[in-house]
This record gives sequence, C-alpha cells and structure tokens, in this order.
Amino acid sequence: MAAPTMDRSTTAAPATPVQTLTISKALNMGLRASMEANPKVIMMGEDIGKLGGVFRITDGLQKDFGEQRVLDTPLAESGIIGTAVGLAIRGYRPVCEIQFDGFIFPGFDQIVSQVAKLHYRTQGKIKLPIVIRVPFGGGIGAVEHHSESPESYFAHTAGLKVVSCSNPADAYWMIQQAIDCDDPVLFFEPKRRYYEKGEVDTTAQPGPLFQSRVLRTGTDATLVAYGPMVRTALDAATAAAEDGTSLEVIDLRTLSPLDLVPVFESVRRTGRLVVVSEAPSESSIASEIAAKVQQECFYSLQAPVLRVTGFDTPYPPSKLEEEFLPDLDRVLHAVDRSLAW
Amino acid sequence: MSSPEQWTHPEPDAAPAATAAKPTAEQVIAGLRATDEGGADLVQLLTPEGERVTHPDFDIDISAEELRGLYRDMVLIRRVDREANALQRKGQLGIWVPLLGQEAAQIGAGRAMRPTDMAFPSYREHGIAWTRGVHPTELLGIFRGTDQGTWDPVEKRFHPYTIVIGNQVLNAAGYAMGQKFDGKVGDDDGEATMVFFGDGATSQGDVHEGFVWAAVYDAPLVFFCQNNQWAISEPTERQSRLPLYQRARGYGFPGIRVDGNDVLATLAVTRWALDECRHGNGPILIEAFTYRMDAHTTSDDPTRYRLSDELELWKLKDPIERVKVYLVRQQWADQEFFAGVEAEADELAENLREFCVNMPDPPAERIFSNVYAEGNPNLEAQRDEFLDYVSGFAGGEH
Repeated sequence: MAAPTMDRSTTAAPATPVQTLTISKALNMGLRASMEANPKVIMMGEDIGKLGGVFRITDGLQKDFGEQRVLDTPLAESGIIGTAVGLAIRGYRPVCEIQFDGFIFPGFDQIVSQVAKLHYRTQGKIKLPIVIRVPFGGGIGAVEHHSESPESYFAHTAGLKVVSCSNPADAYWMIQQAIDCDDPVLFFEPKRRYYEKGEVDTTAQPGPLFQSRVLRTGTDATLVAYGPMVRTALDAATAAAEDGTSLEVIDLRTLSPLDLVPVFESVRRTGRLVVVSEAPSESSIASEIAAKVQQECFYSLQAPVLRVTGFDTPYPPSKLEEEFLPDLDRVLHAVDRSLAW
Repeated sequence: MSSPEQWTHPEPDAAPAATAAKPTAEQVIAGLRATDEGGADLVQLLTPEGERVTHPDFDIDISAEELRGLYRDMVLIRRVDREANALQRKGQLGIWVPLLGQEAAQIGAGRAMRPTDMAFPSYREHGIAWTRGVHPTELLGIFRGTDQGTWDPVEKRFHPYTIVIGNQVLNAAGYAMGQKFDGKVGDDDGEATMVFFGDGATSQGDVHEGFVWAAVYDAPLVFFCQNNQWAISEPTERQSRLPLYQRARGYGFPGIRVDGNDVLATLAVTRWALDECRHGNGPILIEAFTYRMDAHTTSDDPTRYRLSDELELWKLKDPIERVKVYLVRQQWADQEFFAGVEAEADELAENLREFCVNMPDPPAERIFSNVYAEGNPNLEAQRDEFLDYVSGFAGGEH
C-alpha cells in the first residue's frame, strides 16, 4: 500500500514474529496494522472507542489513533453503514463493527441497496472498500439476537464478498486483506472462539483471501466447515481417527465467492461430503455447497451430500443451544450415515 | 404536562403553526387536500405576482444577468421535463418522474452550490442535475432501462440518483463527515454537501439517523427537503404533525422554511446555509415549500387522491411566471430574450428526443459487468456459460 506508515513507537513490531495469540488479540493487531499502514482506514461502531468494543477487538485503537479514526457512533446500524458509504466515496476505508450478529438487520437496507450495488450502478465509478465486521454464531449462553448466523443473506447478495476466519493466524491476516480489498467485505468473526489461541507469524506471507484451505487430509470422507464450526470439524476428525476413520477437513474461509475447487478435488477422492454450519440449512451456504458438489462430482459421490446445521427455527433460548448447535457427536453421526450409505 | 398544541409551537413567540392554514384539518387528514399556505415563517423574496419583497433575515443582491440565467435554467429544465414525459407517453421511456412545479426549488438550490460542493439527489432532481453539469441526456438511460445513470459522480460531484427513499441522506452525512475529517471545513473556501429528499422521506429512519449523525459530528450538510405536499397519494400531514422545518430544532440545528416556488428566496437561503456549513456551523435543514404539479410518475393517477382545484391554486404560484413578470417589470429582459430562451428550449427538446430514440440497448455482457471491483471467478464462469449459450442462436449472433 502506497500510504505512508505512521511512526508510532508504542506499536513497534514485536521482538519475535511468531506469537501465540487469541483470535480476538490477532484481530486487534490486524486492525492496528491496517490503521498504521493507511491513514484512510477508520473504525466505526458502537462502544468501540474507550471501551474497545464489547469483545475488546478494537481495544486501545482510539487511544492511539484518535476519535476521528476510531468513531464511537450513535446507536443506529443503518447510520453506521450508510455513513460509511459516504466516507468511502470520500476516499476513506471504513471498518464497521456490528456489535452482535442479530443487530445487523437495521443496516440490512443500506448493505443490500447501496453497499452491494453502487459499484454496479455506476459501472465502477464508485468503489466501496468497506469492511463490516460481525461477531457471529452461538454457544455463549446469550439472550436472543446475540447468537445468530446471518451469513447466507449476504452471500446471496451480489456485490458483496463474505469471509469468515476460524483461527488466530487467519484472523490477523484476513482482516488486513479484507481492508485492502476494493470490494465491500462482510467479515464474520467466530465469537465463541475469540479466546482460543494459536500461533501467528506476523511476517509470513499470507495466501489469497478468497481461497478455502485443506486443514487436515483424509481419505474416507470430507468435512467442510467455516468460522466456529471449523474447530468442531477438526475435533470430529481427531475422534474419528481414533476409530480408524480418516476425515479430510476443509476450512471454507470465503463464503462469497465460494472457493470449492479444493472441495471438489477432495470429494473426488473421498466420495463423501458432510457440510457443517451453525446456520439453519434451508437455502443456506451449506445448501449451495451441496448443489455445486452434486453438479461437479456427480460420478464420484458414494453417498448424498449431508448437512449438519442449526435447525430451521429461530435461535432457541440458550439453555437449548447445545442441542441446536452442531457438535462433535452430530458430525460423527452424519459421517457414519454417509459411510453406511 | 404539555398539550400537543404546545409542541407545535415550540417557541413561545413564534407565529401559529404553518399548517393551520386554509384547509380544514378534516380535509387534510382525509387526504383530499394539501395546504397551499406556507405560513408566517415562509421566507419569500419574490411573490407569486412578481413583487420583490424583503425579509428580515434573508436578502439577495441579484443582477439582471443572474436573474435571466435563473429564468433560462428553469425554462429549459421544464422543457426537458415535459419532453421526457412525452417520450414516456410515446413508449420511448419506461417511466418518467416529473419535476413540474419544482423548478425554482431545484434551480435555486443547485445554483447556490459551488463546484467543490457535493450533492446527493433523490430521483426527481433533474434540475439539480442540470446545475451540476449533468446533461439531461445522461438521465434518460435510467428511465429507458439502458443503464442506471452514466455520469461520473466524482467528477460532477453529483451522486447517482437514489431510489430507495432516504438512503442517500445517510450517505451524504458520511460524505460531509469526510469533508470535515479532511480539514475542508472552517473558512470561506470550505466545502459543503447538500442532500435532497422529499416530504415522504422525512418519515424514514435513515433520514432521522442522518439528522442525528450530521448533528453530533457537526457535519457540513444541508438537508434540502422539497415538500411538494404529496408522497404519491399521501399528504404531508400523513408524515408529520409538525411543519417539517420545525423538526430540526429537536436535533439541535436550524430549520428554515422557504418558498420553494421562489427561486430568489431559495437561492438566498441555500447560499446562506451552505456558507454556514462551509464555515463549520452545519448542519441545517431547509424545507422548500413547493408543489408537485404533475403526477408522482407517469404511472400515477393523482385524480384518485387529490382535488383538481388544489392544482389550480398552485398554478397561481408558478415558479417561472413570477420571474418573467419581474424581469419585464424591471425591464431586465425583452421579447427577444424570452423568444431566444424558447428557441433554445425547443432545440434542447429536439436533441433530447433524437438522443432518446437512438439509444442502443446494452449488450448481454452488461448484466455481468462491474458487479465487483476485484472480480469473482464464479460469476465470470456463469457469464461465460450464458454468453456461450446465447451465441448458439442465429448463427452465433445475439
């Protein structure tokens, strides 16, 4: 990026490039790196300044970059997105935080009607490099509207790009790549995994943003997941291995555009696919994957594509979320059904 | 604690609420009639009869040449509007959104802007487009279905037409915040933004959020509301208990009601408001009190919801006639001038017609172009498959 780097002694590079970080800290460091690299990068959201966001993802950024680059906004999501559009037209690269998944809907109109369509409407004369960060998914024992998985709405909308990170290294790099992208990006963060740790090499060259990735190779069946369900899929593969079943695990990473090339390649070898997602299954990303895989891998499939998802209900009271959310047992049950077909 | 009446009179000394004019409340609420009286707070500098009047807060020093220019603008854009309306009737446009009656509001506001200011229109802003250097031919594609607006919004500082009611108000608030963040606000050379919306839009959440955002960030934004009395079939009284300009007070900035059929008053008030904004004293709400003399669009039938005598009342307040009367009375224009403007209007209409009927349909590839700035391989595959399919017809031609 051509923009000048700001000299900030307090934010000097860490002594060692490889650190063990939580997803939340990795996101925080990624945001900081983007703000340092480009003075046009600004943060917008509710309680993201002094408080550092309810999940502390923007912790310390307002203190170091000022109130004009880290905006505590009025409490209205359409306002956050709608003004981000104007700021982007003015040359800024706004990063909007939606406090919880279920609160994105007041901003839905601006996202779908303006953010997604202005580039098309003007045939490229207006670019909107806006990132909309959404902590999403359940499993935290929260009240209603705090545990939802609305990603399919946005993947269904042309003009938007949609990604989800599942680990600290991806969190650190993907948020920076999303900010660098000239298209609007919905960035879904697995909130119940915020405090899971992993190694992050802050000097490594990251792979492309819009690419899925094989995390574990296997031969008997393929598991595809994204965001918070990647951990569940990996745990399932570990458990299955103890029983002698070899599962391949693919982290989708990008939900729009979908990068299914590694999935097709995998299914052609394993012949079996289980898609895991917290979102309800009707007309979902999981459904789209099933449709595309049957189209591309028709003669390789040994069993129908199975989906392990949240149910087609509103998100239930949290005492029922253990039943609602796909877990290791439900994933393995689906694997068994696939293998027994 | 307080009666509704008090709320409609927020300032103890203020004149009675403007909407307490001629029509009975029952008539208004029944949607049979919109008021034609702007009330005591209406800023007017040129009466419907063409008399120059003074106002304690606003005045304008206008030369003969400037006023002739405003007259020309209004006549030309009215002719464009009538021609486009006719083109729709002939099947050359799918729909048209008439501005008839709102020429003074739009030319007055538009001519108050500087090239460095930014404008965010709704979809009836053909007069604003004209003042931003967007040629009327560039508007036609939207209504013919060949494109969604072809002008360069960055170069013209004129955002694309926004059709979802009120969306553009937030976009404008963000842009104005950017002007401030860029240090372009605070002196005579400052920048400002103006956003255009109608009386119906004032009920939208986005407009209220725009008021809040612009206020708390001190954005250099002029909210220019054209109250043309009708949101398709609903009178302004269905949107608000309070005259619209008085809403500004609740958000903490000034609200002014101007005679939107008076190009001088509109120019004076808007120029003042933009100057306040460029000096850092924004935002400001202007309610241009005007009238939609034609239908909402060419698909609308106003005879179903409003009385025709209301239109007759407003014809007496025509925005162009009063300027013509004044120009003649001042001996600032002669018959040769008026004939010249008419001839220019005829030529413009002829060009518009010629351009419209010759507009080519876009190629099929256009469906897929510029959905993304950085592309999408899945979409490109879908496009290629479709184009391949299309090329299979009629010897490969489509």
